[in-house]
Amino acid sequence: MSSLSNTAAPAPNFTDFATWQAYIQSSNEPLYLPVLHWEMNQKGASETDIWAGIQEAWVVMKDAVLTGLSEDMTSRSGMVNNSGKKVMNSRLHVLAPEFTQLVARALAAKEVNACMGRIVAAPTAGASGILPGTLVTMQELHGVTDRQIAEGLLVAAGIALVIQYNASLAGAVGGCQAETGSAAAMASGAMVYLLGGDVTQVFNAVAITIQCMLGLVCDPVAGLVEVPCIVRNASAAAIAYSSAQMAIAQVTAVIPVDECVAAMGEIGQAMESRYKETALGGLAATPTGKAIAKRVLISDINLMAEAE
Amino acid sequence: MAERSSIFDMIGPIMIGPSSSHTGGVVRIGRVAHHILGQSPDKVEITFYNSFATTYEGHGSDRAIMAGLMDYRTDDLRIREALTLATDLGIDYKFKPIGNASTMHPNTILVECSHVDRSITVLGESLGGGVVNIKEVNGFTANFSAGLNTLIITADDVKGSIAFISSVLSHDDCNIATMSCSRKGRNDIACLTIEMDTPLRPLTNQYLKSLSWVHDVISFSDLR
Repeated sequence: MSSLSNTAAPAPNFTDFATWQAYIQSSNEPLYLPVLHWEMNQKGASETDIWAGIQEAWVVMKDAVLTGLSEDMTSRSGMVNNSGKKVMNSRLHVLAPEFTQLVARALAAKEVNACMGRIVAAPTAGASGILPGTLVTMQELHGVTDRQIAEGLLVAAGIALVIQYNASLAGAVGGCQAETGSAAAMASGAMVYLLGGDVTQVFNAVAITIQCMLGLVCDPVAGLVEVPCIVRNASAAAIAYSSAQMAIAQVTAVIPVDECVAAMGEIGQAMESRYKETALGGLAATPTGKAIAKRVLISDINLMAEAE
Repeated sequence: MAERSSIFDMIGPIMIGPSSSHTGGVVRIGRVAHHILGQSPDKVEITFYNSFATTYEGHGSDRAIMAGLMDYRTDDLRIREALTLATDLGIDYKFKPIGNASTMHPNTILVECSHVDRSITVLGESLGGGVVNIKEVNGFTANFSAGLNTLIITADDVKGSIAFISSVLSHDDCNIATMSCSRKGRNDIACLTIEMDTPLRPLTNQYLKSLSWVHDVISFSDLR
C-alpha cells in the first residue's frame, strides 16, 4: 500500500499521536521503529546502545519485582509493609490467580522504590511499579520474548514523549494522573502492541486508559512516595489490563487519543496546588494523614532570623 | 525552549528510590562536592532547606548526599547503607534543617566540607527527574547541571581571560554549552564555570593549570 502512495507521511516528532499513526499507516513500519530513529537522530545515540539501554532497564524492572516479592519491604516511615508479598501469598483469589499475581507484582516493584531499592523511573519513580507489574505478567501469560518487550518499551517511551509534550509526567505539575495515569497508558499501549494489535488499537488503548485515570490528584501522606502511591500503582496496572482488553476487542474510546491527552493537560492545569505533590490536601490533609506526618517528619527545624 | 527529553528519561533513569528529586538529584549534588574537593571529605556539614528540611530522612536524602560525597553513582545499591559506610570511613557528618529560606528553591542543599586543610562549599538545587542546578561553588555563582563535561577555573580577574580560555577550548575542539562567570571584586579572584559537550584533553587541562594567573582548574564529566 505504502509503495503506491506518492507522498509518504513525515516521520513523527512525538508531539502528537495523529502524526505517528499517519506515518505508521503510510510506511507500514512497526510502531517502535520511528521511536528508535527519533532517539538516534535527536540524541545521536547508536542503535546498539539504545537496545542495550532498554534491555538494561528491563532487567532492572524484572529484578525489582523479584526483590519486592522476596526481600523485606518495610519503609523507614513504617507505612510500607510487604504488601506485595501479602497479596502474592493470599489463598483466596478474588478474581483469578493471574490477577492476584499482577497486583502483587506491581505492589512489589513499587515497594522496592519506597524502600530505597533500584528501580526504573518509567516515567517517574512514583509510578515505577506499573510497567514492571504489567509487563512481567504479560511475559509470563503470553510468552513474549525479551526482544519483544524491548520493542514494547520503545512504544511506551513514544507514548510518554507525546504526553510529556502536551500535558505532563510530573505529579507536581499535573497531579497523579500525570504519573500513574501516564505509566498505565504506556503499559496498555505496549501490551496491545505485544499482542499484535495495530496502531489504531494501540492508541485506542492509550485513550481508554487516560479516560480511566483522568483527574487523579497527587496527595501523598507526609509527602512520602508511599500512601496512596503504592496501592495506586496496583490499580493502575489493573486499569492498563482492562483498557488493553477493551482495545483488543475493538471497543472505541470515542474521544481521539490526542484530545484525551489535551484533557489531561487541561485538568492538570486547573488542579489546585494542594493536590500536586505538596501534601497539603486530600489524603495528606486527613486527621490520620496529618498525625502520620507529625510522627515521621523532622519537626526540629531551624528558622533563619531574617531572609537574606 | 527546553530540549526534548530522551527515551531514557521516559524509560529511566535507573535509580535508587524513592524519589528522583530527593535521592537521584541529591546523590548528584554530593558527587559534585566530592569532585570539587577532589576526594571524599573527612568532615562535612549539610544544610537541607525548605521542603528538604522536613522530608530529608523520610526520603533518604541524608543517605543520598553522603553516598554522593563518597562518589557513588545514582543507581548504586549501597546508597541505602551510606550513613553506616560514611561512619566506617571516619567521615564526621552533621545535618542541619532550615525551613524558611524563602529566596531559595524548595529543594536546596548546602554542602560545606573539608579534607585536611582544604575546604569547599557547594549550593545545589534538585529540580526533579534527577536533574540538578549547582547554583554556587565556594560562594561564586556557578549554575551548571553536572550532566555534561564541567570545567571550573578560579583565576585572577584579568582582562581577556575569558577570551583566552574559550580560544584554548575551541582549539581543543570543545563546544561550550553553558558558561558563567563571577568575581569577588574588581581585580580580585574570579570563577569561570563552563559546560562542554566533550571533555578537555588532560594536556590542555595541565596547560590551563600552569598559567600564572590561574589558581585552580577542576574538571569532571557527567556525574550520573
